[in-house]
Amino acid sequence: MSSSVSIRDLSLNFGAVSVLQHLDLEIADGEFLVLLGASGCGKSTLLNCIAGLLDISDGQIFIKGKNVTWEEPKDRGIGMVFQSYALYPQMTVEKNLSFGLQVAKVPQAEIDKRVARAAEILQIQPLLKRKPAELSGGQRQRVAIGRALVRDVDVFLFDEPLSNLDAKLRSELRVEIKRLHQSLKNTMIYVTHDQIEALTLADRIAVMKGGVIQQLADPMTIYGTPENLFVAGFIGSPSMNFFRGAIRQENGRSIVDVGGLAFDLSRYPARALLKAGQKVVLGVRPEHIRVDEPVEGFITHQAAVDIEEPMGADNLLWLNLAGQPISVRIAGQRRYAPKTPVTLGFDMATASLFDAETENRL
Amino acid sequence: MANPGSLAVTVAGADAMSDSLAGPRGRRPQRSLSGRNIMIYGTLAIAALYYLLPLYVMVVTSLKGMPEIRLGNIFAPPVEITFEPWAKAWASACTGLNCDGLSRGFWNSVRITIPSTVISIAIASINGYALANWRFKGSEIFFTILIVGAFIPYQVMIYPIVIVLREMGIYGTLTGLIIVHTIFGMPILTLLFRNYFVSLPEELFKAARIDGAGFWTIYLKIMLPMSLPIFVVAMILQITGIWNDFLFGVVFTRPEYYPMTVQLNNIVNSVQGVKEYNVNMAATILTGSVPLFVYFVSGRLFVRGIAAGAVKG
Repeated sequence: MSSSVSIRDLSLNFGAVSVLQHLDLEIADGEFLVLLGASGCGKSTLLNCIAGLLDISDGQIFIKGKNVTWEEPKDRGIGMVFQSYALYPQMTVEKNLSFGLQVAKVPQAEIDKRVARAAEILQIQPLLKRKPAELSGGQRQRVAIGRALVRDVDVFLFDEPLSNLDAKLRSELRVEIKRLHQSLKNTMIYVTHDQIEALTLADRIAVMKGGVIQQLADPMTIYGTPENLFVAGFIGSPSMNFFRGAIRQENGRSIVDVGGLAFDLSRYPARALLKAGQKVVLGVRPEHIRVDEPVEGFITHQAAVDIEEPMGADNLLWLNLAGQPISVRIAGQRRYAPKTPVTLGFDMATASLFDAETENRL
Repeated sequence: MANPGSLAVTVAGADAMSDSLAGPRGRRPQRSLSGRNIMIYGTLAIAALYYLLPLYVMVVTSLKGMPEIRLGNIFAPPVEITFEPWAKAWASACTGLNCDGLSRGFWNSVRITIPSTVISIAIASINGYALANWRFKGSEIFFTILIVGAFIPYQVMIYPIVIVLREMGIYGTLTGLIIVHTIFGMPILTLLFRNYFVSLPEELFKAARIDGAGFWTIYLKIMLPMSLPIFVVAMILQITGIWNDFLFGVVFTRPEYYPMTVQLNNIVNSVQGVKEYNVNMAATILTGSVPLFVYFVSGRLFVRGIAAGAVKG
């Protein structure tokens, strides 16, 4: 697999503040990579560095095998789509699309051809003569994508492109971007703080925090086996239930003791040897807990329903276990009144175990 | 009472028919003669009168002949309207040795104001654009120095500038005065433009860079077309400021290049002969008419631009 974008030992400092530290990232040709993280984690900064809009302090950036570390943005073979669309307000849609090509002195016939093609792909032909102010949010974002499209680039950069749209439009355009990627097969780097966008669009997700990539993997791995406590808590809504406890050895088996409740780890695929007395955090996703459904091998505990949040397709139960609130996702038609006693079944095979100190997966 | 809320609802429900017909409905009536309105409009009227009265006196006096003025009723409208004072003020009032009225000063002022305004705005807008979007090494320091320049009193700099202009051989010329006006307009105009450009979305600038546009292309094709309001503000500030300038005009030019304000002063303050109040009034109105005209034409854009530029600092 040839590498499309390659970032080697990239660092960026603003004065004394270090935003990115020794970051390495290889993005394959045609890959859809999502940079995911809370605001201020450096994901947009990284994208701006790749685009050449920010000068980096150290390291190298390669695009298509070419060292572009010192290149101007226009010479890097990238197109970028911004959150605020950043359409030139005084120009028509057509002018917006062709501006970059005119600056590059592309022949007019070629410009017309490329604009027509982009307009067809994005279905914005009827809008070509309009000004951005006369377009809706979704149409504006489509034009912004078109502006990257006409440049015939190798790599598309998206900086939170859907965050300014309402929920319905966002899910529509999300599908369109995915379809666009499937038909164009370009490399795309996509920055977002929305985990649904990340999980649905990405080939691989890079979860970032404090300028460091916490985990880089495909969506299912990120969701199923988070590498550390941060990734586990960041991905998933409602978020993973965490139980703080300590390891205890009993008859050659490792058991997590959470405030007196025992969780047998024989089914947990531990990576390292668990030591007795080790402080750990046990993480269980809300949908991995069974309610009143006995399954062989599951660990059962008694709890009482606190409240329920019916969401249509799902029903979210909040219960108290070991003195802390936990959430459980069950099918929407199963309803529980408050204070109902239930039996919870925990599947340790799908659980996650983290060291309480290093916060890394065990 | 267990539940006063629901009780009230039932009572109201029993009586709903008559209530819905009798109660307030639709738009709330506006009382035009409330005490508040009288206060507001009264204050506004008094303030307007306060400012309009001197103008009224000036206009009325300028339309009277001298015998009528000597009667002393300054508020009385003219019995016999005459435009002769206006003609005299424009074409034949005497300042020192010249007796060709304000017209010479008017054209001098035009020749000073237009180039000064155009040049200073052109340079300041590029300065502001560079400071806002192309942060270069030391740009913050440069900006600070420029702003400090706005606070240095003019008087301190007059003598050094006279020497500099003399050494350059342009002391006493229109060119020298235009350069001085351009330089002195720079701090405030640069600040104005920088703040405006900073308030424009940064992503627009980034998008243009990705599109391959350079310094000048972005300025001319992207920034300029979006900046009409702030250009109007700068134009008004400069035109009125330079037109109304007296000090620089007196210091840096020779009598044949005196701007209109200086000439007005010479007409009004001339010591020999009779004081021709009507001519003085007409001359004053003539001099003030240009800034007045600019305000009337572009007042709306002015307010919009000031507001836009003031959003971010």
